[in-house]
Amino acid sequence: MAVVLGVTGMPRPGGAETPPVIAAASSLRFVLADLADIFTRQTGLAVRLSYGSSGNITRQISQGAPYQMFLSADEAYVRDLAGQGRTLDEGRLYAYGRIALFVANGSRLTHVDFPAGYGAAFAMARQNRFAIASPVHAPYGRAAREALIHAGLWTVMEPSLLYGENVSQAAQFAASGSAGGGLIAYSLALTLKSQGRGDFWLIPADWHAALGQRMVLLQGAGETARKFYAFMSGEIAHKLLLQHGFMEKKS
Amino acid sequence: MNWMALELSLKLAAWTTLILLPVGIVAGRFLAWQKFRAKPVVEALVMLPLVLPPTVLGFYMLVALGGDSIIGQVYQALVGRTLVFSFEGLVVASVIFNLPFAIQPMQRAFEAIPVEVREAAACCGHRPWRMLWRIELPLAWPGILTALVLTFAHTIGEFGIVLMVGGNVPGETQTIAIAIYDQVQAFDNASAGLMSAVLLVVSLLAISMTYFGTSYIGRRHD
Repeated sequence: MAVVLGVTGMPRPGGAETPPVIAAASSLRFVLADLADIFTRQTGLAVRLSYGSSGNITRQISQGAPYQMFLSADEAYVRDLAGQGRTLDEGRLYAYGRIALFVANGSRLTHVDFPAGYGAAFAMARQNRFAIASPVHAPYGRAAREALIHAGLWTVMEPSLLYGENVSQAAQFAASGSAGGGLIAYSLALTLKSQGRGDFWLIPADWHAALGQRMVLLQGAGETARKFYAFMSGEIAHKLLLQHGFMEKKS
Repeated sequence: MNWMALELSLKLAAWTTLILLPVGIVAGRFLAWQKFRAKPVVEALVMLPLVLPPTVLGFYMLVALGGDSIIGQVYQALVGRTLVFSFEGLVVASVIFNLPFAIQPMQRAFEAIPVEVREAAACCGHRPWRMLWRIELPLAWPGILTALVLTFAHTIGEFGIVLMVGGNVPGETQTIAIAIYDQVQAFDNASAGLMSAVLLVVSLLAISMTYFGTSYIGRRHD
């Protein structure tokens, strides 16, 4: 049965190498789509992108998911995978991530000062809702929790928090109006603002542990994935990443 | 509109239905007419996927079929890639997930065939295969068709288990339900809305056609 299904699995286009699957942290959702387009125009090679929280992707890779490259929002996950022998090497740190407070248009939080006024705004549990990514397996969720603890808001806001399965779901909660706002990836806040969905405030980098964005080629990476890795290490990618809210330095 | 994801969903549903057709007939017929002590346990096992959350099934499948498991390793040695996070893995998950939807209606249909009818057929010297083909299947046909439609529709609607053992790979495991979820997270409500509408229409058409078919076949055998 496996053989029959294997043959009819998916049509493989044109005899060429099947476009490799690149797993990426959700914070990269928009900039990576643009970069993949540029890469395809330059080389004629296609990649397939699959987004998720870095923790979930790491678990999938250690269970044998057929990804050829992983762009993580956190360095520790890449080191874990390297320790398990799932990667070709230790990978490469290509940027730092930042988080931003995002407040949707029309939210009751629009005129509340952050962080000074948030204690009062969230004093009554669930009157306002606030979105962050799951701190358990999403690096941006962890950073959001650290920032709220730093601001002295964690205890009062925790009962009102909504947890996104990954940071782009948190961003979608924050922008949809179902939550008044959220702490999300700066890269996503920029996109949401450019779509006219609300406004943001960049959280100082020293409120949370640095979000080192590390990418790595995985065991079984083919020619296209290696070329994409090189492209992501190059000047065009670097420039576009900076434009999309990633940083060159820790702070 | 993500046609690739829709095509993938339809293909997954077709494979699942195709595999469960013989499985359901054999298991449904067996459970309908055989009496044995452990029967309630077997029936409960068949119903289990209906009761368990998809996440529980998904978790067990990751454990049972994943790269560290015996099945996963044998499969990898034979085929050269992992079973989980592949289309084949989705088919396996989907078949297990749909067992109650395939077996239950078929079992009820076989149970409804009067024992006298079968005895009369056996008396006439019909061999078991011929009995199945000429007597049992035509009588059980509406139940079998219901099982197939339920299985097909249920596969199209699968989400949790696909998310857990599939891994959202475009063209491989990104079914239409996952693609919609992905588009919502990409703040792309227009695409999500369009895909949802297409799915709604396709599902409605498929189910209506089958109901139409059932009533037609039912009349023919009246």
